[in-house]
Amino acid sequence: MGGIPHDHYEPKTGGEQWLHKRLPIVGLLYDTIMIPTPKNLNWMWIWGIILTFCLALQIVTGIILVMHYTPHVDYAFASVEHIMRNVNGGYMIRYMHANGASLFFVAVYLHIFRGLYYGSYKAPREVTWIIGMLIYLMMMGTAFMGYVLPWGQMSFWGATVITGLFGAIPGIGPDIQTWLLGGPAVDNATLNRFFSLHYLLPFVIAGLVAVHIWAFHTTGNNNPTGVEVRRTSKEEAARDTVPFWPYYVIKDLFALAIILLVFFAVVGFMPNYLGHPDNYIEANPLSTPAHIVPEWYFLPFYAILRAFTADVWVVIAAEWLSFGIIDAKFFGVLAMFGAIAVMALAPWLDTSSVRSGRYRPMFKWWFALLCLDFMVLMWVGAMPAEEPYATISLIASAYWFAYFLVILPLLGVIEKPLPQPATIEDDFNAHYGSKAHPAE
Amino acid sequence: MSHAEDNAGTRRDFLYFATAGAGAVATGAAVWPLINQMNPSADVQALSSIFVDVSAVEVGTQLTVKWLGKPVFIRRRTPEEIEAARATALSDLPDAKGENANKPDADAADQNRTLDEAGEWLVMMGVCTHLGCVPLGDGSGDFGGWFCPCHGSHYDTAGRIRKGPAPRNLPVPVAAFENETTIKLG
Amino acid sequence: MLRKIALATAATLALSAGGALAAGGHAELTDFAFAHEGPFGRFDQFQLQRGLQVYTEVCAACHGLKFVPIRTLSDEGGPGLPEDQVRAYAKQFTVTDKETGEDREGIPTDHFPHSGMEGAPDLSLMAKARAGFHGPYGTGMSQLFNGMGGPEYIYSILTHYEENPECAPDGIDGFYYNTSFPNGGVPDSCKDEHGVSTVPGSWIAMPPPLSDDQVTYADGHPATVSNMAEDVSSFLMWTAEPKLMARREAGFTAVAFLIVLASLLYLTNKRIWAAQKGKKTA
Repeated sequence: MGGIPHDHYEPKTGGEQWLHKRLPIVGLLYDTIMIPTPKNLNWMWIWGIILTFCLALQIVTGIILVMHYTPHVDYAFASVEHIMRNVNGGYMIRYMHANGASLFFVAVYLHIFRGLYYGSYKAPREVTWIIGMLIYLMMMGTAFMGYVLPWGQMSFWGATVITGLFGAIPGIGPDIQTWLLGGPAVDNATLNRFFSLHYLLPFVIAGLVAVHIWAFHTTGNNNPTGVEVRRTSKEEAARDTVPFWPYYVIKDLFALAIILLVFFAVVGFMPNYLGHPDNYIEANPLSTPAHIVPEWYFLPFYAILRAFTADVWVVIAAEWLSFGIIDAKFFGVLAMFGAIAVMALAPWLDTSSVRSGRYRPMFKWWFALLCLDFMVLMWVGAMPAEEPYATISLIASAYWFAYFLVILPLLGVIEKPLPQPATIEDDFNAHYGSKAHPAE
Repeated sequence: MSHAEDNAGTRRDFLYFATAGAGAVATGAAVWPLINQMNPSADVQALSSIFVDVSAVEVGTQLTVKWLGKPVFIRRRTPEEIEAARATALSDLPDAKGENANKPDADAADQNRTLDEAGEWLVMMGVCTHLGCVPLGDGSGDFGGWFCPCHGSHYDTAGRIRKGPAPRNLPVPVAAFENETTIKLG
Repeated sequence: MLRKIALATAATLALSAGGALAAGGHAELTDFAFAHEGPFGRFDQFQLQRGLQVYTEVCAACHGLKFVPIRTLSDEGGPGLPEDQVRAYAKQFTVTDKETGEDREGIPTDHFPHSGMEGAPDLSLMAKARAGFHGPYGTGMSQLFNGMGGPEYIYSILTHYEENPECAPDGIDGFYYNTSFPNGGVPDSCKDEHGVSTVPGSWIAMPPPLSDDQVTYADGHPATVSNMAEDVSSFLMWTAEPKLMARREAGFTAVAFLIVLASLLYLTNKRIWAAQKGKKTA
């Protein structure tokens, strides 16, 4: 691995050398776990480990659920009840899996917004950012397909509505939708393929996570100052960094324990709070529930999907310019995926030379507004599609795009950044005092 | 090393050991449910004991029920069958053990094989102890009990192996009279 | 403590009450302090047994409990019936044996029967399939403090049958006015100019199922409509979430242990980083 200079693994005994020549796996693990990490990372840098834990938790509990679950429209709902009633500890495992998805998304949103604030997406970390966005997309796909598996009313109608988005693609849409479902409507074929992919995708995510980590271990971590670690010599680098073990392992484990504490409080005492009651009614293709609301973590993008109705001028303009190919329904789909695309393009839209939001006085306010905007979108996404929510969601969606497409490019030009510390060591010492190098 | 430094070191070590220990306990507590979920679930466990209504079983007839996926013979023996079984000397038996789950250490005397003192009710797994075929009943075989058609094992009227390749008597499962007309298996 | 909570629901689902009728407006739910509520609440065993009796003698005529195995009636934390009583209880049902294809008496390993009447939903999960307290403004904060409210919903439906309101003295033929039922039909005469219902609740197809002294409790508990509704709501919460108490115990143990582990990790983390941090001088 490139990047920050540090001591590498040296095989000492004969056995170690023998293995190292054939497979340098111990060296790889050593270099990964002992990687020099900026020593000024704050508590927003815990989410990566939390997310890794979430992935492991979901895979382990998921594999267990598969041992007792039956992917068939006649048995799926009953087999979930079998897990809840008969399997030893099955009710805990299922509730952990269901709420684990929520924890996963809480962590990923905090992880993404941390990256947005501290400029973690900026050069040279664009590849890390893009892979992260891919992981996020896959997480959404996996979560969506997983939600279909219990075969409750929300499972069924959520699948119907979301696959309907693909039907909005001009021309080939209906064919794509039929291909996705394996039939004219959501049915056993759909359930089976979603089950298969829900099992497969987490392992693809795990692979992408390895590449994500590889990428930022190559560039080195970002940190709250956005100032790079000094790399001219091992000694200088050592003054800006600490090895990942034990410093950040223990710190992250402490954070994990606190988060699990909250997690188990939710699982133990209010496991259905984040779910939807209608999903405890078996899927019925003949009766749609009164409200179809996605899981909370999809709400912001669901709000953007619904915001652009046929009477909005951009939609009218788009329809006119595209000779009617882009209608309101397709515009909504484009807007929803566009909202994620503009986020993925942040490395090239942000023109500021300063990485961390800490030293960007104007950016801070616009970023705070973006966080608020995200919460507002989440809220209106859960509300019925009527006034005043329609207007609120349109304004909130517009701000989301404006932030990435207008504000980020402009701020870099007009903003006068604050002075940054020269080194990470300076920043650390300013916070905690200098005691790190008593020998000097 | 001064005394004070030594003390500080011990306290530090204790903290680290306590943390590592608590972490190990947490990991163990997390792993156990992952293993235990593969044990038989409540619906499977509930099948481990069943109640059999034997009010319709006449003297000299046999009821075969399925229990835990295997056949169980419930025979109401005639006085002749009881007499024949009780007259057999233990020394004539290849397997002198009772093979009765209700009387673990008893020998193969007829009284140790039956459910009741009078010896009328004989309950056994209907699985030949040789290779697992289901023996034929109703007085078949050379000894008037059961005969396994697969490899020619003969069982007597108390279900004890008398002739042929089977090594052991037909095992008596955990069973008891719940009331006068109901037998509880398991 | 009984507290009336009027909550707005924006139901758009019209039931089979005909095209002239759109969905109702808001419904009134009673927040009820059930024994199983709160972080350390426990099912009242005798209440569950009374609830089972109400279910068996009243609800079971139309509704089923197809996901509930009869044997669980003897489970700890549930109604806790002795096993011989459960066997006797199971015998009242006729079950088609899966292996032989013949009808036989029910045994404890069978499940309760399906709903016997078209349109009568299965009640196994009803207490989880209905949430009581949504607001305010869809944030679910009310749910957070009052619980999901499924049993309250059931209790309210059972007790809130009322005379037809003034705007529709004749009601809807074959349906019954219930101030807690949000999803049924409402006659046009009870709607304002925007088509929004002006009366609480709507019309439901189920006739009022309970009347005073309809069942006779063996323990002498007075069989008022309210008591029977409370008992059966509690019983249906148990059928929906039979592991409720075990789950809370597991959650409590995990939280308690994690407090210890987090404290130890906090101290360890502080100790490790102490070597890197000096006294703040600035």
